[in-house]
Amino acid sequence: MNELLEPGDPAVSSNRWRISLVWLVPIVAALIGISLLVQAWRSVGPEINITFSSAAGLQAGKTPVKYKDVTVGSVSAIALSDDGTQVVVTVSLAKSAASLTRKDTRFWVVRPRIGASGITGIDTLFSGAYIAVDAGAQAESSRIFTGLEAPPTVIGGAPGKSFILHGTELGSLDIGSAVYFRQIQVGRVASYQLDKDGQGVSLQVFIDAPYDRFVTTDTNFWNASGMDVSLGADGFKLKTQSIGTLIAGGVAFAAPLWSEGKAAPELTEFTLTQDQASAMAPPDGPPVYIQLRFAHSLRGLSVGAPVQFSGVDLGKVESLSLDYDPAKRRFPTVVGIVLYPQRLGRVLEKLPKFAGDSQSQAALFLRSMVEHGLRAQARTGNLLTGQLYVALDFIPNAPKVAFDMAARPIVIPTVNGSFDQLQEQVASIVTKIDKIPLDSIGRNLDASLAELGTTLKQVNSQVLPEATQTLQQAQQTFSTAQGMLAEGAPLQQNLGMTLQEVQRTARSLRILTDLLGRNPESLLRGRPTDPPPITQEPKR
Amino acid sequence: MSGPPSARQLGLIACHVCDLVCEDTLDTTGPAHCPRCHTALHRRRPDSIARAWAFLIAGIILYIPANLLPVMFTGQFGDDQENTVMGGIIEFWKTGSYGIALIIFVASVAVPCTKFLVLGLLLLSAQRHSCWARRERARLYRLVELIGYWSMLDVLVVAVVAALVKFQALSEVEPRIGILFFGAMVILTMLSAINFDPRLIWDGDQE
Repeated sequence: MNELLEPGDPAVSSNRWRISLVWLVPIVAALIGISLLVQAWRSVGPEINITFSSAAGLQAGKTPVKYKDVTVGSVSAIALSDDGTQVVVTVSLAKSAASLTRKDTRFWVVRPRIGASGITGIDTLFSGAYIAVDAGAQAESSRIFTGLEAPPTVIGGAPGKSFILHGTELGSLDIGSAVYFRQIQVGRVASYQLDKDGQGVSLQVFIDAPYDRFVTTDTNFWNASGMDVSLGADGFKLKTQSIGTLIAGGVAFAAPLWSEGKAAPELTEFTLTQDQASAMAPPDGPPVYIQLRFAHSLRGLSVGAPVQFSGVDLGKVESLSLDYDPAKRRFPTVVGIVLYPQRLGRVLEKLPKFAGDSQSQAALFLRSMVEHGLRAQARTGNLLTGQLYVALDFIPNAPKVAFDMAARPIVIPTVNGSFDQLQEQVASIVTKIDKIPLDSIGRNLDASLAELGTTLKQVNSQVLPEATQTLQQAQQTFSTAQGMLAEGAPLQQNLGMTLQEVQRTARSLRILTDLLGRNPESLLRGRPTDPPPITQEPKR
Repeated sequence: MSGPPSARQLGLIACHVCDLVCEDTLDTTGPAHCPRCHTALHRRRPDSIARAWAFLIAGIILYIPANLLPVMFTGQFGDDQENTVMGGIIEFWKTGSYGIALIIFVASVAVPCTKFLVLGLLLLSAQRHSCWARRERARLYRLVELIGYWSMLDVLVVAVVAALVKFQALSEVEPRIGILFFGAMVILTMLSAINFDPRLIWDGDQE
């Protein structure tokens, strides 16, 4: 035990401990920390502000910002704008997404949406809304953006081309409405806006590759929305592009048959017409305005009604208005029509050429035509609906009318329509019919019928019973007669006997006459004594 | 100077490992080893304060990314989310799970911070040979050693949940880099506590 109390002799070694080595640990930790910091600092991209009208579905610190479905940042703060009308969403982008801050970059919130063109954003039902990005192309960059309220229909970088369409009205078109080529959807309406002067609308359509090469420089675009119902001479026609266009509207395009155009370059401007017929119609050329004065009412003539010349559609009615004629105290109708001489086609080349501008050329030409009897006439195009059209035709024996060369617009004399004359005749017939005193005729007829009624009653009550009686008596008489005439009846027997008596009498009378013939003296002397040599006594 | 005499005053030295008490010959012979277990003999743990400081500072440095970086990824019906420690606590608190929020807060914020403070205090006071509140400081040291066992709670939770919740598209939990820093921080603070020689508390300004 005592030994154990002695402390042991320590073994001596010359090992020296390096004090500084342990400090490697915090240095390494610091290095790691610094490297993380540097990494974080380097990965921090630009911070941008996006203005939205609503922050529905967005959450600060949570909502991601995605470009091509890759998260490139997140919403760091949501605040109201200074004037309180908008929501300013602050987004911190990743360093790699710095290129997304170009000035024309577009941002929009992806939420579940149900539209005419389908349902989008289903995945956000569970994951929550996110902000989608479409990278712009401009060189300038920006920190402040205005978010789109609806997803853009055309994502930047998509293969295809954009074109500009100018139309008079939008119709039922909307952003996302389909563009059809031979009834195949090849693109969609990307945006629309009112022209600056308010005189029309401009649409931007995007045609996907490879269909964009079918858009040639002479392609015609028309509004294919809704239904095209027409009732023509060849029957009832209904035309639509697809059920989709009924709801969402659509644009169709086609190149004319005689197309030789090349593929149109990006952002070529086209005209959007209202229907296929006008889109595909050959160019009309310069119009000629003409005024017509009709003395009679033109009920059934509407603006847009065709103007025909020898069955060819030459133009249309542009305006209808009343005028006052103080001399006759009448209200003639003034019809403004527009003619497209180009529609005459090849005939135009054969027509005589006149000098001057198009209006005076037309005036000179029309003067010669009017001299030969050219007149305007409002004719009935459709008997059912009473629709009128204006016909330019040569009327035989038309009264001479002075043609005013200086009048602008040119005035063509008119005659009453063929149907108007017919109408007048029908009207006179109707007036005559109207004059027949149908009322008194009716009344008289009524009285006569009443009398007839009373007469018939009398017949029923008095004549009929007597007639019956008479008939019965006649029947009795006839039966009596039958009894008398029947075989074996006394009358018949008597008659037979009487006839035999008459026969005998006749025979004795013949004998007497024979006797007298031969012996007329016997009338005086009596019967000769000698009997005649040959006499036969009639047998009984 | 009151109190019992120290080993140094008696010229004795104890082995750190087997606690064999030896004669203090370090001044004359230089570095010595325990005759029984052959461990190097020191009057105090060598560089105790410096090492403790080093580990403590490293732990504090790592605590920063452990808090800033996400520790856990949860995916639920496409609702992908990465949570930091504080974010998780706030979320639990907001959804009304105050108990869980409190437990996580205590385990991952209160305890590490307390440890940093306590160790820093102990190290500072030991460095300055302070005689202030020695008994309480000793008690604090024992407390730090005790709670050291529980500091890995966060790491454990993430490990268990990540292993359990694997339902592919429906629900998925994965650990993230932050939890690695958190675990390293816990280990470093534990190392710091181990390296601190509690006898330094009692040394005072004897030398």
